[in-house]
Amino acid sequence: MSWFKRKSAGIKTSSSGRNDVPDGQWIKCGGCSDTVNRREIEKQNLVCPKCDYHFKMSSMGYFDLLYDGDYEVHDDNLISVDPLGFKDRKAYADRIVATREKTGLNDAAKAAVGKIGGHSLSIAAMDFSFIGGSMGSVVGEVVTRAIRRGYEQKMPVLVIAQSGGARMMEGALSLMQMAKTSAHLTRLSEAGLPFIVLLTNPTTGGVTASFAMLGDFHIAEPGALIGFAGPRVIRETMGQDLPKGFQTSEFLLEKGFVDLIIDRRELRQELIHLLDLIMEEKVNVRKKKKTPAAK
Amino acid sequence: MAAKKTTHLLEFERPLADLEAKLEEMRAIRNEDTGKDLGDSIAALESRVDDLRTSIYKNLTRWQRVQIARHPDRPYSLDHIENLTEGFVELHGDRLFGDDPAMVGGFGTFKGSKFGSEDQTVMILGHQKGRDTKNRKYRRFGMPNPEGYRKALRLMELAVRFNKPIITLLDTPGAFPGQEAEERGQAEAIARNLFEMARMPVPIIVVVIGEGASGGALGIGVGDRMLMLENAWYSVISPENCSAILWRSWDYKEEAARALKLTAHDLVEQKIVDEVIPEPLGGAHHDAVSTSAGIGKAIASHLSQLKKLSPEELIASRIAKFDEIGSFAEV
Repeated sequence: MSWFKRKSAGIKTSSSGRNDVPDGQWIKCGGCSDTVNRREIEKQNLVCPKCDYHFKMSSMGYFDLLYDGDYEVHDDNLISVDPLGFKDRKAYADRIVATREKTGLNDAAKAAVGKIGGHSLSIAAMDFSFIGGSMGSVVGEVVTRAIRRGYEQKMPVLVIAQSGGARMMEGALSLMQMAKTSAHLTRLSEAGLPFIVLLTNPTTGGVTASFAMLGDFHIAEPGALIGFAGPRVIRETMGQDLPKGFQTSEFLLEKGFVDLIIDRRELRQELIHLLDLIMEEKVNVRKKKKTPAAK
Repeated sequence: MAAKKTTHLLEFERPLADLEAKLEEMRAIRNEDTGKDLGDSIAALESRVDDLRTSIYKNLTRWQRVQIARHPDRPYSLDHIENLTEGFVELHGDRLFGDDPAMVGGFGTFKGSKFGSEDQTVMILGHQKGRDTKNRKYRRFGMPNPEGYRKALRLMELAVRFNKPIITLLDTPGAFPGQEAEERGQAEAIARNLFEMARMPVPIIVVVIGEGASGGALGIGVGDRMLMLENAWYSVISPENCSAILWRSWDYKEEAARALKLTAHDLVEQKIVDEVIPEPLGGAHHDAVSTSAGIGKAIASHLSQLKKLSPEELIASRIAKFDEIGSFAEV
């Protein structure tokens, strides 16, 4: 019956710690398979200087990359508690402890607040290295708090999506995080504040089918896998091969679900530009009040 | 109480069916008037049948409930809509791409006076499965494409415009995982519904009537009340797919069903479901009308409560309801 359900977040956790870049001085690129110097990649914001392949970046990596300087990290003290007593081949409770030790992360998302180009910005960023970036109660809460911080403190919100989907080990509780995060986005929207989503590799399943597709602006990193059902499931459903580039950022741009594809090396500047355009209007409204508009 | 005969027997029901067959045989012999007095033996067997039936159906495992939720004779959305409403007008199409037969909905008069409140117009919609091979394919096994979710949204927005309550019936093995579904934005369609349903200023009652598989179910599942039939299941993934991913084998679906804690009673404990609606012994397919009546009574009582709230209160309490779902600790 494999053909009627999406493939959800896997247990294929990367063992590479903070970022997706393997250890060692010389690294084989996931795009061009060439050997590249680690320092070169790090200088280019974890992008291969030869083929522009984007290695996965951690939540902290993105905070460092995007904010002007200092920023406050929020909600990285939330941990999963195994509400269902879930056990597959491994107990979820043990998996949580082991993954926390291995990755140095408390769960698959962190939030932060800081300035970017002078604009205040609330960010929630996900970490694929923590159980495939899957969304359980903690991730749902971290994203929700980042959104709430946005509408309570009147600042734009950016979510950096990087996830295999909802976390199976928390059952329906994970599923409901989709509704919870989406519900809070209505408040942000009604407060007239922009919600920006950065779709990175991969963004699939329940994360795509909730906040990651609800942005006022959808920015994708090049070549990211973005979709609802996993390619394997779709292939089995269709009984045929999928077109080349199916479910990539470029494919979603063509189909109308992504606004912009931005290289990570230009991401900060482009975000500042976008925020200037949007938040500038608010500045103009303030200016207009000084000189009453003619009727 | 003798259960209605159904053509599809579930594996765990076989011992009961065998015993029932034996009972029939003995009755037939007596009817032939062979002169043997089988009265005592028949009475004894009847009580054994009753005991066995009770012990099977009162101790259903999670996986057995999943099987009942998928029973081919189980009442589907349109069956309940027929039992719950009068003058139902089915509306079609998303006005963007097409009409999706895996999702049905329209306006009708909810027969509230039969269930303890009052008659009133409602928007009622749900996933729809097909009954025979041809219809199962036509209804895409109850798996909507994006246009199904967009039709549902259009109908719910109509309900808002005319200030009518919304009732949604969940029964899907998941959103359709096809190439075209992805191209037309399956994820966006579901996400949009979660967003819009969260802020609709009319009461929304969600009833899980069969299978509640993941985002495909949740796509019409954000509401003020979550009700669930006793043998329905609702989770983030089906037991089969959970088994395939976490055990790397299709053989652990029973373990997966147990681990996922996906039954109505489980979801009450997880504070997701507000009320479990009982089914007739053996499952809803033994008596669709009484199952619908149970749903009707629950809807009537919850609608009366929700009517007392202003639109602002309704939306605030709906968001607060989802806010409280989830379990974590701080270190």
